[in-house]
Amino acid sequence: MRLPSVLRGGVFVAVLVTVPMFGLQHWFLNLLVFVLMYATMSSAWNLVGGFAGYPSLGHAGFFGIGAYTIALIFKDHVLTTGYEPFLLLPLVGLVGGFIGWPIALISMRTRADVFAIVTITFLFVVQTLAFNLHDLTGGSQGAALPIPPFPAATFELPFYYVLAALLILTMGLTFATMRSKVGLSLVSIRADEDKARGVGVPTMGVKVLAFSVSVGITAMVGAVWAYYQSFIYPQFAVDPLVTIAIVLMTFLGGRGTLWGPVLGAVILESGQQLLTYQLGAVQLYLIVYALLFLVIILLLPRGILPTIQDRLRLRRRRRRADAAGAPPGDPTPSSEPDTASMLGGGAS
Amino acid sequence: MHALIQGVILGILTGGVYALMASGQTLIFGIMKVVNLAQGAMVIMAAYLSYQLFTRFGVDPFLAIPITTVLMFAFGVGVELLFLRPLRREDKSELSLLVTFAVALLIEGVLSVTWGTTYRSINASYANSSWTLWGYQITVVRLWAFVLSLVALGLLFWLLNRTRFGRAVRATVQNPQSARLLGVEAQWVSALGFGLGAATAAAAGSVYGLLYPFYPGSHYDLISRLLSIVVLGGLGSVGGAVVAGVIVSTSSAIVAATISPAWSEMTFFVILILVLLIRPQGLFGNVDRGAI
Repeated sequence: MRLPSVLRGGVFVAVLVTVPMFGLQHWFLNLLVFVLMYATMSSAWNLVGGFAGYPSLGHAGFFGIGAYTIALIFKDHVLTTGYEPFLLLPLVGLVGGFIGWPIALISMRTRADVFAIVTITFLFVVQTLAFNLHDLTGGSQGAALPIPPFPAATFELPFYYVLAALLILTMGLTFATMRSKVGLSLVSIRADEDKARGVGVPTMGVKVLAFSVSVGITAMVGAVWAYYQSFIYPQFAVDPLVTIAIVLMTFLGGRGTLWGPVLGAVILESGQQLLTYQLGAVQLYLIVYALLFLVIILLLPRGILPTIQDRLRLRRRRRRADAAGAPPGDPTPSSEPDTASMLGGGAS
Repeated sequence: MHALIQGVILGILTGGVYALMASGQTLIFGIMKVVNLAQGAMVIMAAYLSYQLFTRFGVDPFLAIPITTVLMFAFGVGVELLFLRPLRREDKSELSLLVTFAVALLIEGVLSVTWGTTYRSINASYANSSWTLWGYQITVVRLWAFVLSLVALGLLFWLLNRTRFGRAVRATVQNPQSARLLGVEAQWVSALGFGLGAATAAAAGSVYGLLYPFYPGSHYDLISRLLSIVVLGGLGSVGGAVVAGVIVSTSSAIVAATISPAWSEMTFFVILILVLLIRPQGLFGNVDRGAI
């Protein structure tokens, strides 16, 4: 099992590195930049929302914090190479993580429902602050960043590679988490937090760590976004739709999996760009988005990857049962009634 | 001092409307363990409905309440049947958050397409008249809004405490399994309960439309306030939501009057953080419901 996953990762990295070398059109590179942005944020959200089962609705707040942090640092700066903001990304990540830490300490005293409430309220507070702290953020007039001095022909490439590096970093972290005690602790928290604490899992420490890392990465993506846009407004830097996009992508692909969030981001972000292009009006897009969201959750409550995996596992099991000459409908495969009902039509 | 007392008066009067919205939300949570993120959107939707009734047919917003309530009740039942009932029980609490968020977006989108994204307000003839009492201003609209909220809350309490349906609801809130064992049809209580929550949003929405200008995106402001209120009151406790609604609205009106209106939004969050630090289950909440 170990070799294929390493191989898969290698192929993925190679694809990420080589794709922009094919002389792609600007609109396509722009699309890829946004796909990478959301893939990174969904993977980061997955650490706390997918593994630990704490559905944070406040990640867009940290996205905004990252965006305004980089805007503040480079307020009156003239760039020479244009790579300075990228070099300071770790600092932005630390800022995000440090702000996230007390937020997590307070909000993670509560479970799923109330946690979601607290985090979404946090999101609105950050938005209020972005509007009201005129001296820092420029309020509703927005804040300007230095214009990236990259040649027009390859303007998107630096952003692409930085985001690709962030995505690989996040997926590497996820991979390491899944194979470590931390990952096991997170999953045990999702399954039954009281029991986990009972058998000695340091639940508070682990979930606060996961949250801080997750929002730190989100802040870094926000910083890259701000630099890419070079002008940010509170309503776009701290946007509830960003939160919902991240969550939706993770759910679509499959939460608690390594590849699910990336798959979800690829499908939804390209679909979204296409929709805005086709429908133009933002309002229609909202309706389509909401309907899509409802359909995904109702039809694929566990996401694409887990559903496919289950189906494959069931087929393999049935084939094995056939080979052993077991009568059909034999309950030996110990398939939980749950899984069977999930697969519904496929099982017949 | 004058500004402070004026703020308190304003806060208490507005608090009635918040109490009404929040009681619906907390009721939905009590029955179904669903945090309804669409409550704010349903309030705004009702405000638009009564705006339409007012501008098209000249129906006074206060008189429009029975109509909007019935419409929104049906809407709420529909949402429950279509989107919430199919969710599986294990991940219902997590998924229902997302489903109700999606419903909020859907409402926002439909409202924007139908009425555009500019601010609307309902300008009834009495919208600007006010009385002066010992130097303090009391606007007629706010006083009526307060009285009406009290009436609606009274009706809600009567429904919950004096009817068969209310008894079924309270039994479900206390212990869903025992309620089911005793013959309460939990499925229908959920659907009707969600409808009831939407109906309170409708009553509050007609009033809200009179008090404030609104646009489809207003529900974001509303929902963050409502969530702070229901957490302070204790999730699932209707009485708690009423008390918390008045407390939160009054303190934010005081902040607006004494510091700056721009910071009154922050009051909600500060209160929320304090509640979580001092008493995470809220004023009248129950610890053993699994939410905390």
